[in-house]
Amino acid sequence: MSTSTNSAGPNASGLRQNQVCYTTLEYEEPWSYETYLKIGGYKAWQKILDEKLSPEDVVQIVKDSGLRGRGGAGFPTGLKWSFMPKTDPKTPGAQSYFVVNSDESEPGTCKDRDLLRFNPHALVEGMLIGSYAIRASVSYNYMRGEFMDEVYARFSQAVKDAYANGWAGKDIRGSGHDIEVIPTLGAGAYICGEETALLESLEGKKGQPRFKPPFPAGYGLYGKPTTINNTESVSSVPAIIRNGPEWFKSMGVETAGGQKCFSVSGHVASPANFEIDLGTPFSSLLELAGGMKDGIPLKAVIPGGSSVPVVPGDIMMQVNMDYDSISKVAGSMLGSGAVIVMNETTDMVQALRRISRFYYSESCGQCTPCREGTGWLYRMLSRIVEGKGVPEDIAKLEDVAGKIAGRTICALGDAAAMPVQSFVKHYRHEFEYYIEHKRSLVADKLGQAA
Amino acid sequence: MSDDTVNITVDGRTLPAKKGQMLIEVTDAAGINVPRFCYHKKLSVAANCRMCLVEVEKAPKPLPACATPVMPDMIVHTQSSLAREAQQGTMEFLLINHPLDCPICDQGGICELQDVAMGYGQSASQYTEGKRVVFDKYIGPLIATEMTRCIHCTRCVRFGEEIAGIRELGATGRGENVRIGTYIAKSVVSEVSGNVIDICPVGALTARPSRYSARAWELRQQPSIAPHDSIGSNVSVFIDGSTVNQVVPRDNESVNEVWISDRDRFSYQGLRHAERMTTPLVREGEALVPTDWSSALARAAAVLTPTPGSEADLGTLVAPHSTLEELYLAQKLTRGLGSPHIDHRLSQVDFSQAKADPVMPWLGMNLPDLETLNAALLVGSNIRKDQPIAALRLRKSALAGAEISLINPKRVPLNFEAAEQITVRYDRLVEQMHALAVAAGCDLSALEGAPGDAQVSTQHQRIVESLKSGERSAVMLGNLAAAHPARATLLYLARQIARATNATVSLLPERGNTAGAWLAGAVPHRGPGGVAADREGSNAAQLLAGGARRYLLVNAETDYDAASPAAAAQALHDADGVVALASYLSPTLASTADVILPIAEFTETFGTYVNAAGQWQTTKGAVAPPGEARPGWKVFRVLAEALGLEGFGFDSPEAITQEVQRACTSVELNNLLDADDKLEYPGSLAAPMVRSGETPIYRTDPLVRRSQPLQKSTDGKQAFMSMNASVLASIGASEGDAVTIDQGGARAVLPAKLDEAIPDGTVWVPMGLYETRTLGTVFGEVTVSQGGELPGEPAITAVPGIAGGQVKEAV
Ligand SMILES: Cc1cc2nc3c(=O)[nH]c(=O)nc-3n(C[C@H](O)[C@H](O)[C@H](O)COP(=O)(O)O)c2cc1C
Ligand code: SF4
Ligand code: SF4
Ligand code: FES
Repeated sequence: MSTSTNSAGPNASGLRQNQVCYTTLEYEEPWSYETYLKIGGYKAWQKILDEKLSPEDVVQIVKDSGLRGRGGAGFPTGLKWSFMPKTDPKTPGAQSYFVVNSDESEPGTCKDRDLLRFNPHALVEGMLIGSYAIRASVSYNYMRGEFMDEVYARFSQAVKDAYANGWAGKDIRGSGHDIEVIPTLGAGAYICGEETALLESLEGKKGQPRFKPPFPAGYGLYGKPTTINNTESVSSVPAIIRNGPEWFKSMGVETAGGQKCFSVSGHVASPANFEIDLGTPFSSLLELAGGMKDGIPLKAVIPGGSSVPVVPGDIMMQVNMDYDSISKVAGSMLGSGAVIVMNETTDMVQALRRISRFYYSESCGQCTPCREGTGWLYRMLSRIVEGKGVPEDIAKLEDVAGKIAGRTICALGDAAAMPVQSFVKHYRHEFEYYIEHKRSLVADKLGQAA
Repeated sequence: MSDDTVNITVDGRTLPAKKGQMLIEVTDAAGINVPRFCYHKKLSVAANCRMCLVEVEKAPKPLPACATPVMPDMIVHTQSSLAREAQQGTMEFLLINHPLDCPICDQGGICELQDVAMGYGQSASQYTEGKRVVFDKYIGPLIATEMTRCIHCTRCVRFGEEIAGIRELGATGRGENVRIGTYIAKSVVSEVSGNVIDICPVGALTARPSRYSARAWELRQQPSIAPHDSIGSNVSVFIDGSTVNQVVPRDNESVNEVWISDRDRFSYQGLRHAERMTTPLVREGEALVPTDWSSALARAAAVLTPTPGSEADLGTLVAPHSTLEELYLAQKLTRGLGSPHIDHRLSQVDFSQAKADPVMPWLGMNLPDLETLNAALLVGSNIRKDQPIAALRLRKSALAGAEISLINPKRVPLNFEAAEQITVRYDRLVEQMHALAVAAGCDLSALEGAPGDAQVSTQHQRIVESLKSGERSAVMLGNLAAAHPARATLLYLARQIARATNATVSLLPERGNTAGAWLAGAVPHRGPGGVAADREGSNAAQLLAGGARRYLLVNAETDYDAASPAAAAQALHDADGVVALASYLSPTLASTADVILPIAEFTETFGTYVNAAGQWQTTKGAVAPPGEARPGWKVFRVLAEALGLEGFGFDSPEAITQEVQRACTSVELNNLLDADDKLEYPGSLAAPMVRSGETPIYRTDPLVRRSQPLQKSTDGKQAFMSMNASVLASIGASEGDAVTIDQGGARAVLPAKLDEAIPDGTVWVPMGLYETRTLGTVFGEVTVSQGGELPGEPAITAVPGIAGGQVKEAV
């Protein structure tokens, strides 16, 4: 899949793009410090320092902007920040952490990677502001292991530039505030994107989710109060401070402000990352991605990364790309904003089998239903695809998925169950056909058509 | 209702609960059964098995009872269809990859998974895919693994991290491929490792020595007290017919909580060792021959009966792991025969300042108090190996922030982080304690000849500061201090430091019943209850150096227990008569005893043990002793009769205990007694090379010495001469080379071992070993040289008259 990101400015479909995160794309070296200054970089941080905005002021601005978490759950960012203790970071023994989740491993998702490649300073500035707002003196960015090369280097360079120009470190620009920004690298495990597994991994332990409560705001990194946010959430903050919460809010819908980066992949003509207003109709986004590849009709869409329920194409065409519309109209989720488009040639049983294999491989193995159930699901699906399915298998798939969902320590269990439940719900006849005929319905149809 | 109490409703019952308590604690207390695998009351909450899911009203999904804090007015259903369905779902998942072959599993019948499956499982599985197989791992002679049975509850992992303090088992891999193991194949070396056998809910970790030997439901269970350290851990003995099959912990929060040491768990494996005595033996010419009790008693009486005027040439040595009753009767009999010479301090060398000896050495606090110290200084203590369960408690203090420092003749292994560790050659321990005493501003008027310019370092000052500032602090003396040639000086300095810093003096009694031995009057200067003896007798060192003509040995193996085994062997050789009450034959006994009366061991006899906290714990025999062996107290009774002594006609063992109790009614425990004699400051030695050592963990008493699984474990292999790299280089040897140690003519040859925990100018050569029974005292000047012939495997001392097949060798 191509991950090139469209350049800024209005395009054929007239949609407003790249207002918040992908703001540097039109420049020669979009990632450089100089480029970032050109789009107003570090003005937000400077404003906070110069005008001596209090942490509460910053939290309030973020609340007012309607920014919701871009990592999957869509939790209001300002509200999350307000859970942190209000202890002066210079109090002896007080230590809070601000952690950015750049583990981006949800299948279909590649927006954070482009953000880090092309506008790393937006994240650095966001980390400084976020740390200030929650009174943390140390901020980590945890990047997935596969980012080791280009992405990690870009971000690390941006951190160096920030230190060199006095935006980070001790007594920042004479303000008396100390904030360290530290890039870190994971080792390539999906589960380390789950926020508490990320913390464990950051502490040098095996990446396994912690049971909650306690929540990270009370007991986080090294047992200290911690806020964890997605890369895109944090990178949105400088623009919000710069342009004001109203500006941001106005780009979204009533329940969520701003633009959102969507990674469109699959059977479209021009797969790419698109940063567009929340609430934009799916049909417009599809158009932006060049429409269906080779004109083959749309069959289904997974609108928010492989963990969320699949949505039949006709329903999807009525959905707007925001949290509420996707959940209310399509019964799915905006998730990470990874839009996986499938055309009519897609064998849904095989597609589900592939998705199940992912969760089976990536389960941390800690809790029983996920450890034992994900393998069971994958094996049943494999058997069906191999023509060895039996009629009871469909009910068993639903039964096993139902026994995983809602019973696990972290949401990976749900993420493994939801695709199974939704694929079987919408495409039951394809599963039945496989079991009865030991062949793929889609392949048979394509064969007939040929 | 106090502020931190809330009411919740569980299955229609209103239950009071403390705020923040987990639901499962409340249901457990109320006797409501919620199934669980990963939850364990002594471990952190992992919430990974998902077996304890219950329905909580208003919660969108079932919640794990082990990890859900109670909330006011919470309404919980543990048996609703939602709860049952969730529990059954988990059970189904647990069983899909678990072998369904309980009949061939060692855990069958005592398996938590099996039990819960009976209540929550389905009779048939809908799982038709392949099952997971996991290769077993060798993790030493104590624990057997069958990892296909593992349900990944991580109890064993958490035990290592949280309780034992050494991470031995861990989880590697993810998803279905998570494996519990040691990562790198190795034996576990924790002295409390066996506890994972109990906490493992399935048959993944089982006791290797007893594996496949019996079914749980065929076994009888008897409570007992473990006699191998001064904790007196409470145990349950599982008995197969007339044989002990397993020993497991019995809960007692005030003693051992729910844990026991590996020594307490596996010592029973020595009960049927080939050296076990099952019939009385008497010497005929050169040879020991089996005989019947009456002839043996007659011979014993003949040896022990004094001729007029020779009463005082009898010396009695009784080992400090003996029962209180044996210790008491030994001194009663000895004194009844007119001899004042009785002692249990077989490995002690410094007997000065006898007036400062407490009535019984004790911890100065209750065992649970070890968990809430703010600071401690351990002097001459390898606490993890000497008192494993006390170390677990002390570790909790350390984790809570207590500053625990140590002064030792070697760097000892710890399961917590020490604040300061001072490691010096043994002959400089006093100098270090003196510096501390100076730093603490102690009154040292009773110490003569101390240097005026004590070298007080910042380390000393920090230790003193920690003791002073801690609200509850202790200065603790361990086995290495008790065996030290300047024991009394160390104790004096410890007392003065404690006084100056407002700390408690804490003495860790060396053996299973050291405290009981003092109370029973098994010392030459005090009678039962600590009253001054009418006539003060000779101490163990004097007796073992030939201070008697006739000897009565009770449970004592001079080859392993005596401070100077070579000298002791000589004394017994030169004696006019030796009578022994023993469970096992040992080399010097075999060559010197005139009569050996076989007595009962751990699990076989009634007995009382007094632990470090002064708790008296009495246990009954759980099994009969083998063959003709009899409980020690009964043997004393008949021996006294044969000797015509009054006052031994006890009709029950309890009557003996009561007699000791009456003698002890006015005992006051006090570690702060002072002597009136002055102490001479012992300077350090000029000698370039000294020997230091200790009695290793699995050499402390006759039973553990003969437990094969313990001997084969990592801690059981101790026949080395350990030294640091510079010492090794100075004698021109490499690791593994034979090295000869010479202590004024007493020699031994051992393989050299590199160990950076040993200070300069020192070779670490343990006592209590077969290989070192030819040597002198454990601390002293020696010469060492490369070369010599390494001894082979320890020989088994053949017991006359025992058919080869009678003794079952385990493992
Ligand atoms: C299995 C799993 C994987 C996840 N992976 C990511 C990820 O790669 N990146 C991310 O930002 N959030 C991920 N999340 C969500 C995080 O746990 C967390 O909700 C998020 O980082 C919070 O940031 P936000 O509030 O800014 O969205 C994952 C969650 C789960 C359960
Ligand atoms: S749901 Fe899966 S990934 Fe999450 S904690 Fe449980 S086993 Fe690990
Ligand atoms: S070995 Fe036993 S205790 Fe350890 S994780 Fe497996 S089942 Fe649990
Ligand atoms: S006992 Fe509660 S999840 Fe295991």
